Amino acid sequence: MFVLIVGAGKVGLNVARSLSPLGHEFVLIEQRRSRYNLLGAELEDHLQLGDGTEMWVLEKAGIGRADLVVAVTGDDEDNVVIAQLAKLEYGVPKVVARVNNPRNQPTFDLLDVDSTICATTLMLSMIQHELPVHQFVPLLSMHRENMELVEIEVSEDSPAAYLGIDDIRLPAGVLVAAIMRDGTTLLARGSEELRPGDQLLCLLAPGKEKALIGAMLPSRRPEDVQAETSIDSLDE
Amino acid sequence: MYVIIAGCGRVGSTMARQLAAEGHDLVVIDEDPGSFTLLGDDFPGQRLVGQAIDWDVLREAGIEGADAFAAATDGDNTNIVCALIAARAFEVPCPVARVYDPRRAGVFARNGIRTVCPTDEAQVMMIDAVHECPAANGES
Repeated sequence: MFVLIVGAGKVGLNVARSLSPLGHEFVLIEQRRSRYNLLGAELEDHLQLGDGTEMWVLEKAGIGRADLVVAVTGDDEDNVVIAQLAKLEYGVPKVVARVNNPRNQPTFDLLDVDSTICATTLMLSMIQHELPVHQFVPLLSMHRENMELVEIEVSEDSPAAYLGIDDIRLPAGVLVAAIMRDGTTLLARGSEELRPGDQLLCLLAPGKEKALIGAMLPSRRPEDVQAETSIDSLDE
Repeated sequence: MYVIIAGCGRVGSTMARQLAAEGHDLVVIDEDPGSFTLLGDDFPGQRLVGQAIDWDVLREAGIEGADAFAAATDGDNTNIVCALIAARAFEVPCPVARVYDPRRAGVFARNGIRTVCPTDEAQVMMIDAVHECPAANGES
């Protein structure tokens, strides 16, 4: 596969380094001359100097035959424009972009970027995962695949407590994939009895969060739980 | 007409003053509050500090009821992205972006926003100016 990476910061460089041993071909575009000079010896002709939002720079790097474009500059506007150019002008089959500020996530979603990665949002999910106060944690969102991975805790007063997985009333479009209990992870089998304190990893279709929360945490209104896990108030 | 302008530089501020003088309702967004001095003390429109690609800032500017949106910040990509948001997310009927790079201006002009390219305009006018000099007309 030929992968074009725009932005040779820590993210872009490490993506490139991980692709190389897998046998993929890549070119990395970097705008800052100092960074370009620093990486030149390692990357040789896989590295190109220039502004990756300029079309002639993208063309020189071979965007016309790219199977995948990875837009990971430190600037969200630039990443959006790179993703748009790749799709609209060059028909690149798949584009992955980095979201630097989670406030810009709606823009990436609006413009149909295939996959986005936001380090801040991921880190926030991981922090919530570690904190006992959060009973519902969105872990991973796969827009294109129409699927989300969430974690939900079984509380003492949950109607699901002490029931087998087959016996709990899950909303349509929700699958319990695994149970995390006492520091180990069990694959979810239908007969497995849920205990208070269990954390369930669930796969669900987007928009099913409230239905799942309603089924698992009836003692609390879904809005309250949503508010706790909201990232809207987060600013960088 | 309700008009939002992103970027209060020379172009943004002059546009805002002109349109306000014509009687339109104006909101000007810029991340630097110091830039609003270009509008003068008597500017009747609203000044809003913030980033024009931030949906909350755009909502605060009243984008949901805006008739036109003009992006004239100093960044081509910022202008493209905020005009795309205005067009696609808020369905502003007339989204315009200043884009210095002619090729990028062309691509996005075909994809939902109107673009103004000063580079293209300047080169046409410069060529006209050269054509008008006496030597070009055989008057050397």
